[in-house]
Amino acid sequence: MKKYIDSGKKDTRSGFGAGLTELGKTHPNVVALCADLTGSLKMDDFKANHPERFFQVGIAEANMMGIAAGLTIGGKIPFTGTFANFSTGRVYDQIRQSIAYSHKNVKICASHAGLTLGEDGATHQILEDIGLMKMLPGMTVINTCDYNQTKAATIAIADHHGPVYLRFGRPKVANFTPENQSFEIGKAVQLQEGNDVTIIATGHLVWEALKAAETLNEQGVSADVINIHTIKPLDSQAILKSVKKTGCVVTAEEHNYLGGLGESVARVLAQNNPTPQEIVATQDTFGESGTPEQLMEKYGLNAAAITKAALKVMTRK
Amino acid sequence: MPDMQHLNDLVIQVRRDILRQVHKVNSGHPGGSLGCTEFFVALFQELMDRKEGFNMDGKGEDIFFLSNGHISPVFYSVLARSGYFPVEELNTFRLLNSRLQGHPTTHEGLPGIRIASGSLGQGISVAIGAAHSKKLNNDSHLVYTLCGDGELQEGQNWEAIMYAAGNKVDNLIVTVDYNGQQIDGSTDNVLPLGNLKGKFEAFGWDVMEIEQGNNLEAIMNRMKTAKSKTGNGKPVCVLLHTVMGHGVDFMMHTHDWHGKAPNDEQLEIALSQNPVTLGDY
Repeated sequence: MKKYIDSGKKDTRSGFGAGLTELGKTHPNVVALCADLTGSLKMDDFKANHPERFFQVGIAEANMMGIAAGLTIGGKIPFTGTFANFSTGRVYDQIRQSIAYSHKNVKICASHAGLTLGEDGATHQILEDIGLMKMLPGMTVINTCDYNQTKAATIAIADHHGPVYLRFGRPKVANFTPENQSFEIGKAVQLQEGNDVTIIATGHLVWEALKAAETLNEQGVSADVINIHTIKPLDSQAILKSVKKTGCVVTAEEHNYLGGLGESVARVLAQNNPTPQEIVATQDTFGESGTPEQLMEKYGLNAAAITKAALKVMTRK
Repeated sequence: MPDMQHLNDLVIQVRRDILRQVHKVNSGHPGGSLGCTEFFVALFQELMDRKEGFNMDGKGEDIFFLSNGHISPVFYSVLARSGYFPVEELNTFRLLNSRLQGHPTTHEGLPGIRIASGSLGQGISVAIGAAHSKKLNNDSHLVYTLCGDGELQEGQNWEAIMYAAGNKVDNLIVTVDYNGQQIDGSTDNVLPLGNLKGKFEAFGWDVMEIEQGNNLEAIMNRMKTAKSKTGNGKPVCVLLHTVMGHGVDFMMHTHDWHGKAPNDEQLEIALSQNPVTLGDY
């Protein structure tokens, strides 16, 4: 088994901030917009370095999405920053018409996604955003797993022409992917090679999947672990190649099981190679207040839940 | 000096285009389209500094966004007759595989369209973004947008109106089609807009009214004044008093023709009130 080392816990939103700071130096057409959450989104450096390219829109997310769409006309590459809830559900129609249908080159960057937002509770813990965004034609949907990958993804999406939804989170989590990695949109990353079960994880659940694979390994089960940072377009080839080898799959995400990664993988399998699948995700429920760890435990989104699902799905082969 | 005879002929011809487009497919929105005909002709023929051809980025030229996308028939007719695409294409309005969708879209690549609109309330925000982009590009040209008065019931507009004043977006002219009508009735009956001029002014805009919104010369004169107000630290709002359905007697002063096409007989009467000038498509 490959060993993955946590180089020190960091939040993925800081990876976004660092990527944006980098883009400020390298991409003169990158502009940033924020709806009164500059500090939470870690956009302070970009704002300080490029005040003329930073737009504080206040608590008015619908207007922010429209302004972002307009900024593309004239060649700007707008990055919007607010919480995932306010980046998607609150402004769905603005994104649908002014950005997606109009095919505008806007990067919708969303922090505090999912349960790990923690104590603020369900009003802010969106678990439906991946579904909302992946249903929009032409929208690329990315959910990164750690600081380094979020920084790399932030930089990569600036060079991709078209609307992108980039989802990341609030808490400090393990930082284990390589520094200064190249990030290829739509290309899954193979983390472990195994023959007994495939684990496909996205976002904060990738580290949990690696921990689950270690536990499984101790029990004599070899898991193929895939980091599927891009949910749309989905790397079908990587998924099909893996399940051909293992014959069963667990998907893991910090999202509702309706509309998330699990359903996207299930579609690929149903159409190409029907395979037993277990879905580690929330079960059509809202979240609640609590610490991130407590919530992930209560809603079954951790290494233990992935391990249990893997052992179960293997019996269904 | 503008050729007023030609422009007046064009107004009549655009009215014929609007009526014939919606009649052919028995759908679409003639009322607001007819009411804004003079404004569109003035804007595209006289007021905007436009480049030949179409480039999405619109650098070095004035650009326009239609927020109330349902009045696409007037937009399409004036775009076609301003050289953006062949006038014959007006024949395809709302048909399958057409670039002239029910509501305007960039999706089919129709020259002249820079944003999809139809779901209301989004145009001012988009125009603000484009205005920011122009300033960042050191482009001194203007951004125009038109929205409906009923459309101002959408909350996003007021986010945008607050933002534009607060951020001194002064290369922007927002025109409101102030016809007092919407689908369900008069704006006063559906949801009163109150003192619109006072509201824009309270938000920090420079507001002008054009009382004769269906008079070509009045529009041209007053809009030139509006242009002269740009660049002074305030966004500019023009309240354009129009008559929905203008130019067809039985369609005027009512909301009935907001989204209804004339039948064969009604079309004949409507066209007889607007006899051919430049030639039908």
